[in-house]
Amino acid sequence: MLQTIRRYGLMLVVRPVARLLFGLDTIGGEKLPKSGPAIVAANHNSHVDTIVLLCLFPSKLLPKLRPVAAADHFDKGGFGSWFSRNIIGIIPIKRGGASRTEDVLLGAKQALERGEILVVFPEGSRGEPEEMTRFKTGVARLVEAYPQTTVTPVYLQGAGRSLPKDAKLLVPFNTTAVVGDPLTWSGSHHGFVDELREKIEALKAQAPPMRWK
Amino acid sequence: MSGLSITGDNFAINIAEPLVFGFLGVLALLLAGTIAALILPRAQPGKWTDLGPRMRSWWVMALLLGAALVAGWQATAILFAFISFLALKEFLTLAPTRKEDRLIVLLAYLSVVVNYGLIFAEALFDDSYQIYLVFLPVYGFLISAAAMAWIGRTEGYLPTVGIIHWGMVVCVYNIGYIAFLMRVPDAEAPAGGAGLVFFLLFITQLNDVAQYCWGKAFGRTKITPNVSPNKTWEGAIGGWLTAAAVFYWLAPYFTPLTPTHAAIMGIVVPMAGFFGDITMSAIKRDLGVKDTSRLIPGHGGVLDRLDSLTFAAPVYFHLLAYFAIERF
Repeated sequence: MLQTIRRYGLMLVVRPVARLLFGLDTIGGEKLPKSGPAIVAANHNSHVDTIVLLCLFPSKLLPKLRPVAAADHFDKGGFGSWFSRNIIGIIPIKRGGASRTEDVLLGAKQALERGEILVVFPEGSRGEPEEMTRFKTGVARLVEAYPQTTVTPVYLQGAGRSLPKDAKLLVPFNTTAVVGDPLTWSGSHHGFVDELREKIEALKAQAPPMRWK
Repeated sequence: MSGLSITGDNFAINIAEPLVFGFLGVLALLLAGTIAALILPRAQPGKWTDLGPRMRSWWVMALLLGAALVAGWQATAILFAFISFLALKEFLTLAPTRKEDRLIVLLAYLSVVVNYGLIFAEALFDDSYQIYLVFLPVYGFLISAAAMAWIGRTEGYLPTVGIIHWGMVVCVYNIGYIAFLMRVPDAEAPAGGAGLVFFLLFITQLNDVAQYCWGKAFGRTKITPNVSPNKTWEGAIGGWLTAAAVFYWLAPYFTPLTPTHAAIMGIVVPMAGFFGDITMSAIKRDLGVKDTSRLIPGHGGVLDRLDSLTFAAPVYFHLLAYFAIERF
């Protein structure tokens, strides 16, 4: 029941509205994974990024799509938590301060075992609008644990202009998503995330130039 | 006025005769294009890959416009308000703006609501057309310039204030004239306001297609090598004369123009379309893009499709109003 509501909500409300406000231009959309277990990794500048990424996939894949989101932001309890977990479908992840004995990636690993598609932002935070920061190694540790998983790099442009961090005003601008060829486990944590970062950085060249200072 | 009438218990749809023929003509062209899109890719594999999506998009655009014209001025105004918003969003996405300008960009989008709202606001003002005429060119100009000064970042002020106003006039004000044409009283044009809108869209698209065909057949001398390298003098003049001749021939069925005025407009309107086309090309070159977005499969963005109309629409409206329309 909830899944049907989510699916039609995406198809009939979220996607048309997102298309009107953000354009959702896509380059290389055919390279996105069509089934799990898989990971889609993108640069992160705005809450709108998650909407843009979810809209790139066909609606029937929605039950399998699991954005990995910061627990301190999206899983603070109450209605917000319920909405994030059940409607957006997030997997909450603890940022910083996690105890050494606890596996913060457990939820994400279980999702991969269930054959789901994780949507991750390896920067870990939205940061300055339209600027990429260092990548965390979580995504590499996930691929190490499940080496059959591919990681598809996606470069997202423009959402950070529509809704930057701490902004109260949403301003419509077109976004572009450039999808690259999937990566597989390379044997080293930092090597893997550096390669992922370079791939995403390289995809930027295919997006239209953005002049915003 | 004869034509097609469908009347129900609480509705009545009347389509004037010239418009019925116009719609049938467009339908015939769409069917011919669709058949070509089915046959050509098989005859010459790999060469016509774009034609299928291009034709599908033409169907969607023609059906949306046709339905709006039949439904009346309200539906047409709402459709073009959406078109203006999408065009302005494409323009402001590609043109350079500054971090401080987000609020100004939002105000620019708001101008779409006011601009098209004025078409509905007959009851509010004596003649909302008079306000429409000055709202964006005068008040939009003053308000955007003052609001940006108020925000207070001076670096890059002048280029950005120009970009914002240029975008509003081209994407909103100029395109809004198409919707305002629908308010011409039925008695003032042989096929009503809808006929006038149809005729403008038809002539502008015909000019584009005819330019392309004449250029393919006889094109030699480049006309604007730095801006639009595919355009030639032969294509431009051939397309211009074709559109002018068709304008002159069909004007009695769609417009209340005298033969002299029809000849003048036949010459001027396609020329305005041509200059709109190369102006948008110059802007795209400057911004370093080929298409303004990927919204319309096979065509590019809304602005790519609208380029000639951004210039042809206000000129067509003004000359019609000056020569023949009492209402404006």
